[in-house]
Amino acid sequence: MAWRTKPLSPYPGIGAAVLVAAFILGTLVAVGWQADGSKGFAASDWVALRFTLKQATLSALISVFLAIPVARALARRRFWGRRVLIALLGAPFILPVIVAIFGLLQVFGRSGWISDILGVFGLPPIRIYGLHGVVLAHVFFNLPLATRLILQGWQEIPAERFRLAAQLGLSGRVMFRQIEWPMLQRVAPGVLAVIFAICLTSFAVALTLGGGPRATTVELAIYQAFTYDFDLGRAALLSAIQLGLTVTAAVIALKLSNQAGFGAGMDKPVQRWDSVSPIRDFFWIFLATGFLLLPLSSVVFSGLVGLFELPSLVFRAAGVSIMVAGASTCILLVLALPMAAAIGAGTKGLVEIAGILGLAASPLVLGTGLFILVRPYVNPSDLALLVTALVNAIMALPFALRILAPAARDVIVSHGRLAQSLNMSGRVFFVRIMLARMRPQIGFAAGLAAALSMGDLGVISLFADAQTATLPLQIYRLMGAYKMDAAAGAALLLLCLSMGAFWLLDRGGRRHAEV
Amino acid sequence: MLKFDNCLIENGAFQLKADFQIMPLSSVAIIGPSGSGKSTLLEALAGFRSLTHGALLWKDQDLTSLHPGKRPIAMLFQDGNLFPHLTVFQNVALGMQANKRLTNEEVSQVEMALVRVGLADMGLRKPAELSGGQRSRVALARVLVQRRELLLLDEPFAALGPALKAEMLDLVADLAKETDTTVLMVSHDPNDARRIASQTVLVAEGVAHQPQATAELLDNPPAVLRDYLGGA
Repeated sequence: MAWRTKPLSPYPGIGAAVLVAAFILGTLVAVGWQADGSKGFAASDWVALRFTLKQATLSALISVFLAIPVARALARRRFWGRRVLIALLGAPFILPVIVAIFGLLQVFGRSGWISDILGVFGLPPIRIYGLHGVVLAHVFFNLPLATRLILQGWQEIPAERFRLAAQLGLSGRVMFRQIEWPMLQRVAPGVLAVIFAICLTSFAVALTLGGGPRATTVELAIYQAFTYDFDLGRAALLSAIQLGLTVTAAVIALKLSNQAGFGAGMDKPVQRWDSVSPIRDFFWIFLATGFLLLPLSSVVFSGLVGLFELPSLVFRAAGVSIMVAGASTCILLVLALPMAAAIGAGTKGLVEIAGILGLAASPLVLGTGLFILVRPYVNPSDLALLVTALVNAIMALPFALRILAPAARDVIVSHGRLAQSLNMSGRVFFVRIMLARMRPQIGFAAGLAAALSMGDLGVISLFADAQTATLPLQIYRLMGAYKMDAAAGAALLLLCLSMGAFWLLDRGGRRHAEV
Repeated sequence: MLKFDNCLIENGAFQLKADFQIMPLSSVAIIGPSGSGKSTLLEALAGFRSLTHGALLWKDQDLTSLHPGKRPIAMLFQDGNLFPHLTVFQNVALGMQANKRLTNEEVSQVEMALVRVGLADMGLRKPAELSGGQRSRVALARVLVQRRELLLLDEPFAALGPALKAEMLDLVADLAKETDTTVLMVSHDPNDARRIASQTVLVAEGVAHQPQATAELLDNPPAVLRDYLGGA
């Protein structure tokens, strides 16, 4: 009898899960319904599919190969700023894609810093558009993620093993083969799969750095079918293909990855007794830090100039973005909190599955489905902002649940019986005990959701008309119009808004929280 | 009368049989080897564990299928007896009324309970600002305002030092007497039983036995209890 041992009812959470599942599956059904296979696969569709797989494979491989020496260096070196650096590795997760791309262009672009340096030696500038640009941006985003996940693997090796190895006098190479290589064999496939899955759904990167018939991802092809041809049947067909890809990749990634969390306990370097020269390690740390920080600092530097002469368009777009991010965060919490409570109370299957459905569907696939669904009734562009907030919330849901559900379970385990013996109602337990106890996690999840939504450039591009824009979309338009100073200022503004929203919410949750 | 009527409690492969009665207003210790099912017995009585068969009766009221909060029972657990984010006053007030705002009358009852346990001016503090003994007192103040006829203690004072624990047990005994409460107390320390429990239930080998006079049981322990107490 479940009520006996649980202080609150799982039904609100189950209800939220059903809503989420209905929303996602409903849009997918609409996609399937509309998919027009009559003309078969166009040659360009095959190219898009091949390009998608190729760039995702390359991005995953390069990210992981570079991450291994960086993680190894971070695992065994202590140095000033190590903690900050590890925290910084989490930043790309909430960094608006368009901001990062702007920074990457400043550094690696045709008229970027590196090209300038090459020019001094009479060398031609780097060509960033196309496959290498897309892969470069993906590595920028995923190298830090890969480093964190692999670093976690290193931290999980029991310190005793290194001690034993030192006692036995194993050489560095033997130690690597006996201790570290098995760990990498265990961890790396999962990391590869996760990054591969992430890169499959890449839209904003392909939109800005790819493009052209030879560098189009499926996600981008959906957008093009919409905006250039307004061929809904083809967009839906492409969406169906994309769905097949992402579901397969998500299933593989979930199977291979061991549910890596958001990096608890990575503060302690592993103590080791093999005396490797630190030069190589610090070379990798230096390289990774530079790769991360150069583009970001270039956004800051070039943005400072433009910040003071931003067109009013940008401020309007910023206002819209704040509104959308706020709405998206609210939607997320309204869905995620009851679901987390239900999972915490032991109702796993359905609720958990609904929670990760968002990983399987990409934003543009959901957007396509929604477009098809609402078009008979309203002008889709009227709903642009609402749809954006909603899709952003669904996309943040899997991450939010992974943060909230364990906390909810802890609250139920440590306070559930007392609440029950006091005859406390489920509603009061939820509000007065659970929400109050989970404040730090709620703040963290809300911060992630707000930052993700603030920086999102995805579904909005399907729905928005020329008058509507979020800040990321406005930046994209400014870049397209070669108004680079305004774009730089707006990118800095967006960076501040995203990071600020995260910081405020995360900080707000942790303030005065009793341990 | 509290009656365990032919009860069987199962927890995985573990089974505990209980078929005995306890007189109202008595204080009863529950002792036995660790893992014998002392806590399981209390959990079943409090409603956190269902009976496989049998019935629980209190003064002819059938408790067997009542929700834990609807039973005439207040319980103190081994830990987690206070909500750390609520003040002392709020914690105690939850015993009065967990789901609504308190009336003025109820507020003054909460204040009186705090006075009774010696925490008159501590109402605005958080549990983290209190000593272990003071935290136990807060929990007891809440038990006071709960006004339940049965009080179950699942070793809530185990983390306190011997002197403080004795002090708390004495306070429990006093409060129980003042409020006509029947007390059931799990303990692994025979001295606790001697201190406040006139009767003791021995739980061993899957059976919770009929209560016996504490002094007699401890002075002439059966073999299984003798092994547990060791040398006594």
